[in-house]
Amino acid sequence: MDLSYTPEEEEFRVRLREWLAKVLPTLPAGPSPDDWPGRRAYDLGWQRMLYDAGYADVHWDASPTTRLIFLEETEKAGAPYVGANFVGLLHAGPTLAAEGTPEQRARWLPPILRGDEVWCQGFSEPDAGSDLAALRTRARRDGDDYVVSGSKIWTSHAEVADWCELLVRTDPQAPRHRGITWLAMPMDADGITVRPLRTLAGSAEFAEVFLDEVRVPVAHRVGAENDGWRVTMVTLSFERGTAFVGEVVACRRVLGELARTARENGRWDDPVLRRRLGRLSAEFRALWRLTQWNVSEAEAGGGVPGVGGSVFKLSYSHARQELYDTAAEVLGPDCLDLDRPWVLDRLSSLSYTIAAGTSQIQRNIVAERILGLPKGR
Amino acid sequence: MTVRFRLTEEQRALRAGVRQLLERRFGADALRAAVARPGHLDRELWRELGAAGLFALRLPEAEGGVGLGLPETVLVFEETGRALLPGPVLASHLAAGTVPGAATGECVVARADGSLVEWLDAADTVCGDASGALPLRSVDPLTPLHRVLGAGADAPDPVAVLLTAAEQLGTATRACELAVQHARAREQFGQPIGAFQAVKHLCADLLVRAETARAAVYAAAVTADPADIAAARLLADEAAVRGARDCLQVHGGMGFTWEAEVHLHLKRAWVRAQRGGGSTQSEEALAADLVA
Ligand SMILES: Cc1cc2nc3c(=O)[nH]c(=O)nc-3n(C[C@H](O)[C@H](O)[C@H](O)COP(=O)(O)OP(=O)(O)OC[C@H]3O[C@@H](n4cnc5c(N)ncnc54)[C@H](O)[C@@H]3O)c2cc1C
Repeated sequence: MDLSYTPEEEEFRVRLREWLAKVLPTLPAGPSPDDWPGRRAYDLGWQRMLYDAGYADVHWDASPTTRLIFLEETEKAGAPYVGANFVGLLHAGPTLAAEGTPEQRARWLPPILRGDEVWCQGFSEPDAGSDLAALRTRARRDGDDYVVSGSKIWTSHAEVADWCELLVRTDPQAPRHRGITWLAMPMDADGITVRPLRTLAGSAEFAEVFLDEVRVPVAHRVGAENDGWRVTMVTLSFERGTAFVGEVVACRRVLGELARTARENGRWDDPVLRRRLGRLSAEFRALWRLTQWNVSEAEAGGGVPGVGGSVFKLSYSHARQELYDTAAEVLGPDCLDLDRPWVLDRLSSLSYTIAAGTSQIQRNIVAERILGLPKGR
Repeated sequence: MTVRFRLTEEQRALRAGVRQLLERRFGADALRAAVARPGHLDRELWRELGAAGLFALRLPEAEGGVGLGLPETVLVFEETGRALLPGPVLASHLAAGTVPGAATGECVVARADGSLVEWLDAADTVCGDASGALPLRSVDPLTPLHRVLGAGADAPDPVAVLLTAAEQLGTATRACELAVQHARAREQFGQPIGAFQAVKHLCADLLVRAETARAAVYAAAVTADPADIAAARLLADEAAVRGARDCLQVHGGMGFTWEAEVHLHLKRAWVRAQRGGGSTQSEEALAADLVA
């Protein structure tokens, strides 16, 4: 067991820190949450700066430990989040890198890295959420194209995306998992209607996407026809790996701010609140160590994050909700004021036990794949 | 090739070796025998454990010890906790090198920890102030206890807190294993109860708490930082106590029996949770650290 870093890694950290200290003050102010074109431009601009400085591919090429350092340092320095680049950098990109042909990689990867193109994820459907394999969006072969009809839902960043990683059913007769295909769909194709959905936090973070006879070239298929489920599993294992590193660092900072605020407004005198903050501190310390543990395991196991991600996500999504509930206790009546810090974060935290596999589904995964309990019906 | 935050080959071998030793010398029959003779300490076993180096783990080799570090010691205590090994293991380990005979197991050492002393009557000597200690009827048949009234709340020894967390981690891990074994084997309504989601999710949460605690305990063993140790203790206590309770629930009526091993894990977890540096102290220490 060792928590130290190699000299090369420490050097990487120092170089990154210096660069961040230099460039972050030059960034323009962030756009408002409702300004989608502004958000797109801002997020892509940041990715472009990372690219120019040689940090763009840290999510893919670097060792898991280097990635951990990158996410830790950028968060500590207060750098922008991946934002609209999330799917490109953390879902679609890694999938293309692992499963795409050389031509596909050459077409799609550089624009993601350079901050030229935004991707969204079209997996969930109205009748296929947790049960993703029930998806019904149909793709029929017509010459060199697939003709796609159906609807997707909860598609984050759909309004500003250039591409969509789309799961479609190509063989309705085959067993559910064997009739699915992974396509890269251009979001400006004819027949696509995007209808934004307002979240409980007030802004439109995701959308419904209606597809009416949309033509997607067969050349945009990644993996074999009807092999999309396997291709998808590659993506999801990335999603449950190191995706939350920066957030854990951020949560630990918020915890410190909560404690200081409580000291100032007098709530610190309440031992029940103090102890709640102390316990949260224990949990986030542990989550940071669990991240390091999972990264070390991934490194030893060849880079692909394993099921340890489900254990992490269950612990983390619970702790994050507890953090912002505790923030509400620190704020007292001000916790109902949307202009106060942490109030919007408390609302957003409610999605953590739902998005990217609900907590119930994660428990099924842990019980069946790690503990070997029998599969339910 | 750097060693990362995972067990080395040597550490795996150490853990397997200790597990084997304990299975051989303190298996199911020995456990039952120990429960039937509360307060009795098997001196022969104690000397054997001493000879195997269990108490002298961190003593330098020059002083007759094994010369290992905290991480290895934590792995060993995880195993003794998992096996429900009776006796003042922690007290003897802490006394090795200062109390003659403690390291070899010749001298059995008890230790006043907060307001309780474990194994006072069986011990040859006691560290700390146990004057006026009164015996109580211990809830745990494997841990005789004395109560010390009016004991000062000294700041607990961080190593004692960490090793207690390691023992609790062993209990949490064992509780998860037992629950899963039972959930696979026991059938109701024509299927293993582990196929029912309510049971499945109890088991999943057992593992999640144990693995989160494991990361905290192992990291604290590497850093030896007091705040890391307090965090490890908090999570390990919870993983052990709640884990043992959930394990009991999964066992149904069997879990409520004296016969099944489950209650022994819960009771031991309760005893350890009362040691110095328990949840209130750890939470307050971590809270103070946030504004330090
Ligand atoms: C903020 C946010 C962003 C998202 N972004 C995207 C995106 O970009 N692209 C995309 O494709 N999807 C996205 N999603 C969708 C997300 O993946 C789904 O919401 C999620 O998988 C759950 O599906 P559902 O909403 O249909 O709920 P359901 O599956 O209907 O679940 C409802 C309830 O039933 C429970 N349940 C369902 N099945 C089981 C079972 N077998 N056992 C026990 N309990 C069960 C669930 O745990 C849940 O509590 C996003 C979701 C959110 C909240």
